[in-house]
Amino acid sequence: MVIQSEVKTTEQDLLRVVGLSKIYDGTVKAVEDVAFSVQKGEVFALLGGSGCGKSTLLRMLAGFETPTQGNIFLAGKDITSLPPYQRPINMMFQSYALFPHLTVWDNIAFGLRRDGMAKADIANRVESMLSLVQLNQFARRKPHQLSGGQQQRVALARSLAKRPQLLLLDEPLGALDKKLREKTQFELINIVQEVGVTCVLVTHDQEEAMTMASRIAVMGGGRFLQVGRPREIYEVPNSVQVADFVGNVNLFQGEVTAADATCITVRSAECMHAVTHSAAVRVGMRVSLALRPEKITLTQVLPLADDNWCVGEVVELAYFGAYTTYHVKLDSGMVLKVQAMNGTQTNVIAVGHRVYASWHTLAVVVLTQ
Amino acid sequence: MSGLAQMVDEVRARLGGRRWLIGVPYLWYVLLVLIPLLIIIKISFSEMLITEVASMLTWRQGWPSLHLNFDSYVFLATDTLYFDTYLSSIKYALATTLICLLIGYPFAYFMVRSPAHVQHTLVMLVMLPFWTSFLLRIYAWKIMLADDGVINALLIHLGIIDGAIQIMNTPTSLMIGMVYSYLPFMILPLYANLSKLDMRYLEAAADLGASPWKTFWLVTVPLSKAGIIAGAMLVFIPAVGEYVIPELLGGSDTLMIGRVLWDEFFSNNDWSMASAVAVVMILLILLPMAILNKYQTEAAR
Repeated sequence: MVIQSEVKTTEQDLLRVVGLSKIYDGTVKAVEDVAFSVQKGEVFALLGGSGCGKSTLLRMLAGFETPTQGNIFLAGKDITSLPPYQRPINMMFQSYALFPHLTVWDNIAFGLRRDGMAKADIANRVESMLSLVQLNQFARRKPHQLSGGQQQRVALARSLAKRPQLLLLDEPLGALDKKLREKTQFELINIVQEVGVTCVLVTHDQEEAMTMASRIAVMGGGRFLQVGRPREIYEVPNSVQVADFVGNVNLFQGEVTAADATCITVRSAECMHAVTHSAAVRVGMRVSLALRPEKITLTQVLPLADDNWCVGEVVELAYFGAYTTYHVKLDSGMVLKVQAMNGTQTNVIAVGHRVYASWHTLAVVVLTQ
Repeated sequence: MSGLAQMVDEVRARLGGRRWLIGVPYLWYVLLVLIPLLIIIKISFSEMLITEVASMLTWRQGWPSLHLNFDSYVFLATDTLYFDTYLSSIKYALATTLICLLIGYPFAYFMVRSPAHVQHTLVMLVMLPFWTSFLLRIYAWKIMLADDGVINALLIHLGIIDGAIQIMNTPTSLMIGMVYSYLPFMILPLYANLSKLDMRYLEAAADLGASPWKTFWLVTVPLSKAGIIAGAMLVFIPAVGEYVIPELLGGSDTLMIGRVLWDEFFSNNDWSMASAVAVVMILLILLPMAILNKYQTEAAR
C-alpha cells in the first residue's frame, strides 16, 4: 500500500485554478465554475464518469483548450492565455501519443531539443530518464516494437524529461490490461514520488484514483461534487452522486424521526436506523442513508441489539475468491448488496437462506442531497 | 471411398477460390503490362523494313536463326538529342512534381483542417476537372495563355506588364499545363494521408515545447512521408512521358520524350527506334523507383 503523504498547508500552492469554465457553442457547459488548488508534491486526481468534464479541465491546464472564463495560475503566474508549448507543464497522454517515426531515445529527447539544451546535457538527461523507467536497452527501438507497458514507461519518461513543474496524467493506466495495471500503478506512483513532481491525474477508475492520489476531486456535470482525501471521499461522501460513483453503496430513503446531538433515528421502508451523526438534520427531513456493502454482516442468528438490522432472503451469491458478494432481498423489495471477506470460517450462507443483515450505527452516512 | 474424397479435397485445395482471386490482378498484369512490354522490347531489337518490322526469327537450312539488331540503341547512345530530351523530360517532370507538392501540401493540409461540410466540397472541387475532357482543358489553356488571351489582358489591366508577353509555347506555358493537370494526383493521396494523422501527435509536440511551425516540420511532415511519396510518384511517372501537354502548350525549345516518341512512331515510321526510346524511358523511371522501394522497405524494417 502506498502511504498517502500528508498535505502540507505551509507551502504555497503550485497550481491555483479560479472560476474556470468551458462553454461550447454558448450553451454546452463542459466545465462550470471550477476552483481548486494543488500544492507542491501533491497528486491530485480528477475522478468522474465520461462526459463529466475532467478531460476538458485537464486539456485547459495543458493549454489545448481555451477557458471561456476563469484563470489558471502556476507558481503564482497567470498562464491562462499561454499556448501549450510555452507552459512548464507536460502531459502523459491517454494511449501515450508516442511519435511513431522516432526511436524511444528521440521521443524522450524531443522536448529537450526544443529547449535548445546542449547535446551532452540532452544525452545525460535522456539516459537518466531511461534508467528511471528501466528501458536503457530499448533506447533504439521504435514505439511499435514495444509492449503496452513499455510504451507507458516511455511516455512517462518523455513527460518527465523536461522536469516540468506540473505533470498531467490522462488516464495513465487506461490502455493496460488489468494485471499490468496493478503492477504499473505502484511503479508509476513510486517514480512520481521519486522525482517529486506535482501531478494532476484524470481517471474514471476510482481504484486508480484512490491508490495514486493524495487528494481526489469527484466531478459530475462539469462541476466538482466533492474534494477530499481518498478515505474522506469513500467513507464520508457528501452526496448521493459521490457515494454512488465511488465504490458500491446501498442507499436507503427515509425520514428523520428523532435527532439529538450525536444520534438520529431514521425510518425507512426497511427498518428503523439508529445513526451516529452530528450533521444538521431536523426531525421530519427526508434523507438518504448510504451504507457500504462491506460494512454489513450477515448472520443466521439475531445480531446484537445495538446494531441496525433487517431480515431478507439471499437471492444471489457471487464468489470472487478473496470475498463473496451477496444480494439479499429485503421484505420491502430492496436488494441489499453485501460483501464479506472469505476467511477461514466455513460459509454456511447459501441462496434461499433467510438471513439477518446488520451494521454498526457508525457505518451509515446521512446524505441530504 | 476415403481415397477419392481425399483426392477431391486435394484438387479443391489446389484450385482454391482464394488462389484464383489473387490470380486475377496477376493475369491482368501479364496481359496488359508484361506482354505489351515484351512486344515493345522485341520491336526495339528488330530491324526496320520500309513499312514493317522485320522478323527476328529467320530459317536457314531448316535451323532457326535469331537476329538481334542493336542499331536503335547505338543510335540512341550516340545522338545527343535523345540524351538531352531525356534529361529535359526528367527536369520538367521533377519541376512539376516539386511545384505540385509545394501547392498541394498546404492545400491538402488546410482541406483536412476545414469543417466536414467544407471538406466534402473541397474534395469535389479537386476532382471536378476530371469531369471534362483532358484535351478540352488543355485547349482552354492554349486560348487563355495566348498573346491576346485573358491572362495577358488581365496582367495588362492590372498594370503588371505594359504590352502582351509571350507565354504560349514557352517553358512557362508547359509548366502551367503540367502543374494544372497533375495537381489533383498530388492533392488526393496527401489528403488521404493527412486526414489519418492523429491530432494527439501534434498536441504531444506542442506539449513538449514545439511551436506550430516546428511541429509541422518535425511531426506532420515526417508522418505524412508515405503520402508525399505516393503523390510524387503519381505525378512524376506520367509527367516524364507526357505527350499532349508539351505538344499543345510547349514550344520548339521544350523538348520532352513523349513528343520524340510520337515523331519516331508516326513521322519517321521507325518503330524500332521508337520502341528503343520507350524502353530506355521505362528503365529511367523504373531504376529510381526500385532504389526508392528498396530503401523504403529497409527503413520500414
